[in-house]
Amino acid sequence: MLSFTPSEEQQMLLDTLHKFADSEMRALAREADETGEVPEHLVTTGWEMGLLPAVIPEAYGGFGEGHSMVTSVLALEELAWGDLSIALHILTPALFATPVLLEGDEAQKETYLPRFCDERFYPATAAFVEPVFQFDPLAMQTSAKLEGDTYVLTGEKAYVPLADKAEVILVYANEGGTTQAFIVPGNAEGITVKAREKLMGLRAFPMYRVELDNVRIPKENRLGGDAGANIGRLLNYMRVATAAVAVGLARASYEYAREYAKERVQFGEPIAHRQAIAFMLAEMAIDIDGLRLMTWEAAWKLDRGEDATREAYLAKLMADDVAMEVTDRGVQILGGYGYIREYPAELWLRNGRGIATLEGVVLL
Amino acid sequence: MISFEIPEDIIQQRKLFEMVAREVMRPYSRYYDEHEHEIPWEYVNRMWPVMKMEWARRVTKAEKELAGEAKGKKSGSGRKYHFNLQLVFMVEMLSWGDAGIYLCTPGPALAGFAIDAAGTPEQKVRFLKRFAEGDPKWGAMAITEPGAGSDVSAITTTAVRDGDEWVINGEKIFITNGWLSLEASDGLVVVWATVDKSAGRAGIKSFVVPAGTPGVKVTKREHKLGIRASDTAALVFEDCRIPADNILGSPEVQKRDTKAGFKAAMMTFDTSRPVVAASALGIGRAAIEFVKEKLREQGVDIPYGAPKHKLTAVQRDVLQMEALHKMAWLLTLRAAAMSDERLPNALEASMAKVKAGKAVTWITQKAVEILGPLGYSTEYLAEKWMRDAKINDIFEGTGQINTLIVARRILGYSSRELK
Repeated sequence: MLSFTPSEEQQMLLDTLHKFADSEMRALAREADETGEVPEHLVTTGWEMGLLPAVIPEAYGGFGEGHSMVTSVLALEELAWGDLSIALHILTPALFATPVLLEGDEAQKETYLPRFCDERFYPATAAFVEPVFQFDPLAMQTSAKLEGDTYVLTGEKAYVPLADKAEVILVYANEGGTTQAFIVPGNAEGITVKAREKLMGLRAFPMYRVELDNVRIPKENRLGGDAGANIGRLLNYMRVATAAVAVGLARASYEYAREYAKERVQFGEPIAHRQAIAFMLAEMAIDIDGLRLMTWEAAWKLDRGEDATREAYLAKLMADDVAMEVTDRGVQILGGYGYIREYPAELWLRNGRGIATLEGVVLL
Repeated sequence: MISFEIPEDIIQQRKLFEMVAREVMRPYSRYYDEHEHEIPWEYVNRMWPVMKMEWARRVTKAEKELAGEAKGKKSGSGRKYHFNLQLVFMVEMLSWGDAGIYLCTPGPALAGFAIDAAGTPEQKVRFLKRFAEGDPKWGAMAITEPGAGSDVSAITTTAVRDGDEWVINGEKIFITNGWLSLEASDGLVVVWATVDKSAGRAGIKSFVVPAGTPGVKVTKREHKLGIRASDTAALVFEDCRIPADNILGSPEVQKRDTKAGFKAAMMTFDTSRPVVAASALGIGRAAIEFVKEKLREQGVDIPYGAPKHKLTAVQRDVLQMEALHKMAWLLTLRAAAMSDERLPNALEASMAKVKAGKAVTWITQKAVEILGPLGYSTEYLAEKWMRDAKINDIFEGTGQINTLIVARRILGYSSRELK
């Protein structure tokens, strides 16, 4: 039966996340953007909320009942509302853990999942994006070749979160024309972590170029083992996750602009009294609600084990536009104040454009 | 618990209406577009038994209430009743068939909802019984006037109490099914009139005027851009006398925030706006399906999942059409589901209406563009869908009025603060 209300448990989680996002993430977002660093204690606090152990089944050391993408998109929206850089930093280990949970074979789950149930932030990551203008996740340039019992990985990856600290990396590569994922120890021979990405936005989120030069890993390290992994399915999860953070980010910009417009007085009354401003806000609100419903529907389909390719793709396409348009309006409504870094609107706009590019670095 | 599972009875009902759409709507779409002011009997006769049953159910309920049986008793089966969801799914499918013909659905339509929402059990039985028996009949809601469009409070039609009667004088325009209700059948209209001009909105009440009442006549049947199968009439009331108890709700002017009066009447929009959105989206789906079918014949498929640089301009257009359509449809489902749960949904209903009206206007215009010379030709229905779709951005509150409603709600502003 159709319902648009989160469960009680989901609501409790949302309340907790909102409190964290509102009081801790928001307070440090600007400073993190300027310095390029997320304070350690914030990552620790975020990690201690246990988002990952909550989805990892007891058999692998967690306390979860299994993965729920609906719960994930709810959480992603709320964290991104706090700050996208900080959220993605905290969630980086999920780039490794969630694919293992969804597509890993039994041995991989037993080996890796318990590591994410520790109190300590476990630095795991994924290398997905490549440094080309026209990136195609289904035609990657990084290659994986099987030589006897060993896979040999070669290529260059971009936007690899926390690569400098990562103990394990899930590397996506082209194996004979199709994309597969490979578990690579962070200290494997042939891996070079190169320069940190200098981006328009997401400046507090450390991502790196990573070179793989004949990196050799055992055959068993291919995600899903002999059967391999359904990468198309993982892509759907990534798209929905990215759309979900777009909702949170857009909502942050919209809410700020709305409150600003009610306080900013020109010509003797709040600018929100004018349709030119009020209508922009109305359209922002409608697009945000509509996008949220699209992410929910796609997530719900994923949870039912149905093919959600169309829903996930449409949600992501819409997210690219909504994130850009809403955060742009968010700056516009603040006028000059939107353009200066003393106010948060410009930060949201820079992050907003990132949504179109971030497929592969957002997951929960 | 968030879920997008469509109830089984709605899935079944949808199949039924798809047959109706395929059999008595699509094949006649062009004919009634070209023969404005004819009644699409193929559709009307097919739907009348279905509509009769629905209104008979409501009349029976009102009769029980009237006989003093427990009011609002839960139905024994325990099945959750989701009337508004059923309605949006039905209207979406019928509008996929033909949005103009769908508007000729026999039954009291908006007038029926107004009577059902604000009428006493006695009034419900007295006015709605005709829709539960006999030949096809229609009902209409008469609000708009030459000088009162979006500004409903500017209504100048008057209702003056004279003994046991109300005397109505004024002019109403753009009345959907006005002619069908008053002249083509033994139906009725619910007319909005003021009992006290100085009281503004508080003075506006709604009155039931049955067909055959002396003093009301149809003065014009409009010729329109689209939905030409649909009857759009102008009515004139000249000393039109109706019984005193034909008023819906209280005649008291000062009573605020009751079920009666202006507020109650406006509340019917919270139900009808998602329905209009659904109608738009039915047309939009027809257009998208047709475009995709024609592209497929040319070997062009829509590659869900492809990176953007691999998409052609046409593929991107179609994806945009589909994404906007989905967004508007989900907003519509949310607004309808909230109605069923009896949650206040004025904001969500307007959101759905704004998005659907705008999206489908664009979708159908894009469809004609993509299809080129044959899209523009009356040989196919694409051009008709574009003309039909436009009405959804206008009636039941223009896109702008609904945007204004959304804006006021999200800002917490009154109509004085945000004009």
